[in-house]
Amino acid sequence: MNKMHKKIYMAAGYNTISLGTGRKEFNPKKTRPGLEHYISEAGKGTLEQIGGAKNIDESVIGNFMASRFNNQGHLAGFIPMIDEGLKFKPSIRVEAACASGGMALITGIKNVLAGADSVLAVGVEVQNTMKAIYGADVLAGAGWFQNRKAGHAYFFPGQFSDRAGAYYEKFGKERTRKGLSRWYANAIKNARLCPTAQEFHNTMPDPEATCFNMEPNGKFFVDNLNVLDCSKVSDAASAIAILSEEGLAKCGINKKDAVEVIGFATSERDLTLNPTDLTVMETIRDAALKALKNAGITINDLATIETHDCFTIAGVLAVEALGFAKHGEGADFIYEGHTDRNGKIPINTTGGLVGWGHPTGGTGVHQAVTVWEQLTGKTGDAQIDIPTEKPYALSINMGGDDVSVVAIVYKKN
Amino acid sequence: MNYNERLQKVSVLGAAGKMGSGILLLTAVEMANLSLKPENKGKTYVLNAIDLSEEGLAGLMKYLRVQVRKMAEKKMVWLRETYAHRADLIENGEIIDEYIFDVMNVVRPVTTMESAYSSNLIFEAIAENQGLKVKIFSQIDKNNPNKPWFFTNTSSIPIHVLNNEAKLEGRILGFHFYNPPAVQRLVELITIKENGSDIKDFAMAYAKNLKKVVVPSNDFAGFIGNGHFMRDSLHGIAEVEKLVKDFSFAESVYMVNKISQDFLVRPMGIFQLIDYVGIDVVRFIMAVMNPWHKDEDLHSDLLDKLFDMGVKGGQNSDGSQKDGFLKYEKGKPVGIYDPDKMDYLMIADFAEKCDDHLGPLPDTWKPWKAVNFNKKKAEILEKYFAELHNMKTAGAKMAREYNQRSNEIGLGLVERGVGNNNEDVNTVMLTGFFHAYGPINNYLK
Repeated sequence: MNKMHKKIYMAAGYNTISLGTGRKEFNPKKTRPGLEHYISEAGKGTLEQIGGAKNIDESVIGNFMASRFNNQGHLAGFIPMIDEGLKFKPSIRVEAACASGGMALITGIKNVLAGADSVLAVGVEVQNTMKAIYGADVLAGAGWFQNRKAGHAYFFPGQFSDRAGAYYEKFGKERTRKGLSRWYANAIKNARLCPTAQEFHNTMPDPEATCFNMEPNGKFFVDNLNVLDCSKVSDAASAIAILSEEGLAKCGINKKDAVEVIGFATSERDLTLNPTDLTVMETIRDAALKALKNAGITINDLATIETHDCFTIAGVLAVEALGFAKHGEGADFIYEGHTDRNGKIPINTTGGLVGWGHPTGGTGVHQAVTVWEQLTGKTGDAQIDIPTEKPYALSINMGGDDVSVVAIVYKKN
Repeated sequence: MNYNERLQKVSVLGAAGKMGSGILLLTAVEMANLSLKPENKGKTYVLNAIDLSEEGLAGLMKYLRVQVRKMAEKKMVWLRETYAHRADLIENGEIIDEYIFDVMNVVRPVTTMESAYSSNLIFEAIAENQGLKVKIFSQIDKNNPNKPWFFTNTSSIPIHVLNNEAKLEGRILGFHFYNPPAVQRLVELITIKENGSDIKDFAMAYAKNLKKVVVPSNDFAGFIGNGHFMRDSLHGIAEVEKLVKDFSFAESVYMVNKISQDFLVRPMGIFQLIDYVGIDVVRFIMAVMNPWHKDEDLHSDLLDKLFDMGVKGGQNSDGSQKDGFLKYEKGKPVGIYDPDKMDYLMIADFAEKCDDHLGPLPDTWKPWKAVNFNKKKAEILEKYFAELHNMKTAGAKMAREYNQRSNEIGLGLVERGVGNNNEDVNTVMLTGFFHAYGPINNYLK
C-alpha cells in the first residue's frame, strides 16, 4: 500500500495563526474564535487556491479531542460548512492523538491512490477553552487511561520529563540542557520569521540563555523540563490539497507550485506498554526510516525536516532516531548548530511545535504546509535555501509518547 | 493543645467583610490541609464563618469557591500526591473539585455569635470599634469553657486595652492582615507582655504555614502600617491646603496625588490610597489613634467634611473602586471632587496647567510597575533620586519634601518604639503597601 503506483502531490497549503499565550491578540478573558472558525478559515484558504470546492472529490479532517475541548464530536459534518460545494461529497474524520493531522494526510494520500483525484485535508484543534491544568487531563487521553492515576498532574510533560531525566542520567545533564536550550532558541528565532507562529511576537533577548538558566522545578511543574521546553496550548487549523496528476490539472496548479509525495509510512507501538528505552524513540525511527526507504533516499538527501518537538527532548531523540547523531550525541549535534536554519540540516524552520505552536490534531497538516512552502519558495521571511542536489524534505508527526507516528517524504518539483 | 488541635475548632467574626472573608479563606484552606494529612484522618475540623449579614455570607461562600479553585489549580502537583490514595479521583479536574468540597466542608456560615462558644481560636475582623470588640470578646469568653485565644485584626486599637477591658488574661494578640489578606503577604504581629509563649509560637507557626511575612509591631495605636499611612495622608492633605491659595481644590488634589504617585514612584497616589482604604475608614482609624498621641493631632477637618457630604471611597462588593477624592472609570482616576460644586471635575480639563506648574518628571523616571519588579531596582532608584535631587522645579521640591516627611514618620515610628528597627518599618511599607523602597532611605540626602 505504501508503494506509489501513481504520482501524488500536495499543494495550496494554508495555516491560520496559532493562537494562544504569546500572541498579542490572545486574551484568555475574552471570547475567541471557535472550532468552526478555524476549520472554515483553513478550508477556504486552500479552496481559494484550487479553483473552489467543485474541484475537491473528498475531504478528511484530523482532530484529536474536540469531544472534550469543545464538547463537539462528528467533525466530518463541518466540512460542508466550509463551502456548500462540499455538500454530499465524502468526508471523514480521523484521530490518532497528536498525529491526527498526519493521519488525515495519510488518509488523503490513500484516497488518491484508491482513485480520488483531489482530497482536501484539514487538521484542527482549539484547546484554549480551558486552563492548562484541565487541558492536561484531556491531552492525557493520548496515553493509556489506566496510567493516568499514577501519572503527573501535567501528564505529558511528566512523560517527557521522565525521558529527559533518563537521558540526563545516561549522557549528562548540562550537556543535554545545552542542546535543549539551543533547540528552544532555534524554535523562537524561526517563529519570529513566520507571521502565523504563536511565538511571532516573542521578544525575549536571549532565548538560549534564558532556557538554559531556568532550572526545572518539580514542586510546581515537572522534575526535568522547564516550561520553555514545552510546546504551548494552541488554537489553529491548517489545510492542504492532496492531488493526483489529474487533480493538479483540474485545479489549475502548476507543478512548480506543488510538492510530490514520494514516500510515506505509519507505524504503531502498543499504547499499553511503556517505552522499551526512555532514551530512544523507536517508533519514530521505524516510521521515518521506512518512509525514506519507500522514497528511495537517505537522510543525506534532505534539505529540511519538520519534526514533532512537543518537548525539546523529543527534538534530541528525533535527531538520533533519524541517524544524524549517534545515541547520546543528539544534544551535542543541536548545540553545535547543525539543526539551525542555516545548519547542516535545518529543522522546524517556522518554529515547530515549540515555536509555531501545537494545535494537537492540526500539527501534522501544519508540518506539510510548512514543507510545501519551503519547497515551493513561499515561506516569506522564513524561507531557507533548498539546494538543487537536495530537493527533499521529511515530516514526522507523533501521537502519544512515540506511539502513533506518521512520516512523509516530499520532493520539490 | 497542639497546633492541630487548636485549629480543629475556629471562628471568624465578621467573616463576610473585606478582611474577614480573606482571613476565613486562608484559615479554611489551612484547616482543610491539616484534615487531609493521614494522621488526622477521622478528625473533625469546624470553622464558623460568623457574620450578621445573611447576604454577605451567601456572597462569602461564592467567593470561597472561586478562590479555592484558583489556589487548587496552582498546587496540582501537591494535590495529586495528597489524594493519591483515592482510586476514584483520577483526573486533575476531579481532584480539584474534591479539594474545593473538602475546604468548603470545613466552613459553617452562621449569623449567631453562640457558635464561637465552643471554638479554641477566634479571629476577629469586625468594625474598628473598641467598645463593640470588648463587648463581643467578653461575651464569648464568659460562655466559652475552652479559654479560647483571640486574634484581632485591628489596625489601630492597642491590644493591651482590649485585653484589660475584656479580661482576657493575655489570650489575645494582634494579627493584622493587609488588604486583601489572600494576596498581601504582610502580617503585623502585635503581642503584649501578658501573652504566654504558646500563643506567640502558635501565631508564628500559623503565619508561616500561610506563607506570610511577619513583622512584629509594638502595641502602640496604629502600629507600624497605619502609623505611617495616617501621618503620610495628613502630610498630603496639608500640602493641598497650602496649594489651594493659588490653585483650585481639585487642581491641588491632582498635583499632590501626582507627586505622591509618579514623583515618588509609588503604586498609587496618596488620595487614591485613601479612597482605596475608604475615607470613612481612614477617618475612623485617626479617631482611634488620636487620643493615644498627645503630642500631635491625628485628625483632618477635610476628611470630616467629605465624610459628612457622603464622599467615602471604599470598594463595591465586586471589588471595584467607589468614587472618593477621585472619580474612577475602569479603576483609573478621571476626575477630582470639588466640595463647592459638590461634583467631580474632569482631570483632562486642568491636568496640563498643573503639569506645567509641577514641571517635568526627571528623565530617568520610570513608572512604579517598571521599577518595583525590576532586578536593578536599587540602581534605578539611585539614579532617579540623584536627578530629582538636583531639579529646581516645583514638582521636584514638593517630592523631596514629601519623601523627607515620609522619612521622618518612619524614623519616628522607631523612636517611639512602635517598630523595633528601621528594617521592620521598611518591610511593612514594602510588603503591606507595595512601596518600591522603604520610607527610611538615603535616596534624598
